Amino acid sequence: MDWSISPDWPGNFWLRLIIIAVILIAFVMSSVIMFIWMERRVIARIQSRLGPNRAGPFGLLQAFADTIKILTKEDIVPTLADKVLFWAAPAIAFVPTLMIMAVIPLMNGLQLADLNVGVLYIAAISAVSAIGIFLSGIAGNNKYSLVGAIREIAQLISFEIPMVLALAGLVIACGSMSLSKIVEAQSIPFILLQPLGFVIFMVAILAEINRTPFDLVEADSELTCGFNTEYSGMKFALLYLTEYSEAVVGSALITAFFLGAWRGPILPGILWFTIKMFAVFMFILWLRGTLPRLRIDQSMRLAWKGLLPLSMFNLFIVSLQTVFFPDLALWISIPAYIIISVIIIILWAMFMRKERQSSNA
Amino acid sequence: MALPTEPFILNIGPLHPSTHGVFRMRVTLDGEIIQDVEPVFGYLHRGLEKLCEKYTYKQNIPLTDRLDYVSAINNNWPYVMAVEQLGGIVVPQRAEYLRVIMGELQRIASHLLAVGSLMNDMGIFYTAFMYMFREREKIIDLLEMVSGQRLLYNYMRFGGVSMDIPTEFLPALARFLKVMPGFLDEYDSMLTGNEILLSRTKGIGVMSSEMAINASASGPMLRGSGVKWDLRKDAAYSVYDKFEFDIPIGQNGDCYDRYRVRMEEMRQSLRIIHQAVEQMPAGKEKLPVPLRLRPAKGEVYTQIEAPRGTLGCYLVSDGTEKPYRCHFRAPALINLTVLRNLLIGQKLADAIIIFGSIDISMGEVDR
Repeated sequence: MDWSISPDWPGNFWLRLIIIAVILIAFVMSSVIMFIWMERRVIARIQSRLGPNRAGPFGLLQAFADTIKILTKEDIVPTLADKVLFWAAPAIAFVPTLMIMAVIPLMNGLQLADLNVGVLYIAAISAVSAIGIFLSGIAGNNKYSLVGAIREIAQLISFEIPMVLALAGLVIACGSMSLSKIVEAQSIPFILLQPLGFVIFMVAILAEINRTPFDLVEADSELTCGFNTEYSGMKFALLYLTEYSEAVVGSALITAFFLGAWRGPILPGILWFTIKMFAVFMFILWLRGTLPRLRIDQSMRLAWKGLLPLSMFNLFIVSLQTVFFPDLALWISIPAYIIISVIIIILWAMFMRKERQSSNA
Repeated sequence: MALPTEPFILNIGPLHPSTHGVFRMRVTLDGEIIQDVEPVFGYLHRGLEKLCEKYTYKQNIPLTDRLDYVSAINNNWPYVMAVEQLGGIVVPQRAEYLRVIMGELQRIASHLLAVGSLMNDMGIFYTAFMYMFREREKIIDLLEMVSGQRLLYNYMRFGGVSMDIPTEFLPALARFLKVMPGFLDEYDSMLTGNEILLSRTKGIGVMSSEMAINASASGPMLRGSGVKWDLRKDAAYSVYDKFEFDIPIGQNGDCYDRYRVRMEEMRQSLRIIHQAVEQMPAGKEKLPVPLRLRPAKGEVYTQIEAPRGTLGCYLVSDGTEKPYRCHFRAPALINLTVLRNLLIGQKLADAIIIFGSIDISMGEVDR
């Protein structure tokens, strides 16, 4: 069965844009609701509790109930807050997460814009969202938020570089920045061909979307709630939404870049995409349920001393292969890449452990 | 180019997720680095010691429960011992063993809470906390079986304990003793080797043994710094001299050692309970004591090894039926005095962990 959508579907250019935009927004929003539900239920399972199970079957309607509750809350703006920024920041944070979705192919042809600089676009837009979070941190005039905002910027600057370098490996391997080309090149998912790049990208994405172990920006045990301490009502809801739509986009990016996006047998592409995306999020939840939080200097050290050299090395071996052995058979290249990655990661982990022992003592 | 910077003051608490009650730290921060700390407490002050002078000796027992509400049974103990020594009251052997069993169960419960909330401070989103609460719940069920209550047990009496154990207690305790080591292994496998946990706790909040002694720290704080001092061995009270157990100590005195000491102490407590159940004689759980107790004139100081350290009770009697003065040496308060020395120069995130590893209970600090 051919599930692909022809590029000129359903005919008119503008009509197509509008329909796909609506589909994308619906996809992100429904995924956010499912992510919230999953997060609460899965974390509850990990912690041997039940989680929300009253609103709807299996508590599926909990997110709706929370939304209704949050809409009825008083909307407080602190007296000393920067009013304009305080209002604008949640929107600045939220909109870019939707914008990233524009270049992600949910299905063969179901892509709002197949930019030929897709990777660059993603790297650029994902930084804007962090600025929104930073602004929401400083606008509220709260010291906890301020510390959270500073951490957010530090984290953004540090982890953006390894993330982009990991993507550069993909770009070199398939010779294009367009996401549809990258997906096309993944008859074998890139997680097998570039496992090192995958690990780097995964860690960087965790930091970008502020998930454990990099949830320093919120750090509820240190900063009460970090950047959104002063927010309430609908503005808080928007920040909450940002957090989860970032998680959706993060999972979607990992799916699109490394797990073959919509490619898969039998089932329609969008279903494959959704399944892979949820699997990635499940992994993120698993980390959240078990890992402690890193300290800010440790997080920086991981980015600059750990991930940056690793991503350079990844770029180096990928370029080497692309230039000198472009037609390497898969049965050689996949095991070779995996073995190299495992060895390098173990060596690097040992190095980082030494680092930790010398820096803490 | 160096930008001009200035430190800013951050109030952590009194209402904050990781101040374990209502404690407040007025922290002067330079970026993330702590320059100065001013601990502020007293928000939970209830005048317990003064209240003790108003009530009769027996009425004071429930008040002592409220000192350190996470280990209520251990708080009854020094007070009851003090009154017994003043009044020359004999405690039957069975009661002593019951006290030891309940005290050690309470110690495990308290350490579970301490380690669980330390992990929470570290950012494991409630997983370790919920796991440890699962086992704490089992202990609370056992104590409820014995005393009828779940948090403030009001268990000890002069000359014994409030009531003997029901028949189903010992089988339930045996079941608990059988499963608990497995759960402790589970925590170890989840936490102890975790690289992030190691990097967050090793070498953080180092307290040298000299500093610990000078600050008269006690309990896991002291033993984590490598000082082998445990009142259960060094000044054995009750029937602790009849049991065989080790005193775990740390080497570096950092947060990791304090965590390890607590984990290890739980295993040792299980050992003690095992032996106590085996050795426990039959007999009365309580000897009759006059209702209007009037101990002889005099003063006495008793101390026990509570989960948080040396818990002492200084009692002065003027021969009436109310104590003249009752003072408690609260280990949490005295352990807290090193907080400022430990925090200066550390990062904000470490401050929370160091504070968590001291394991205070505000009811005891503020009294």
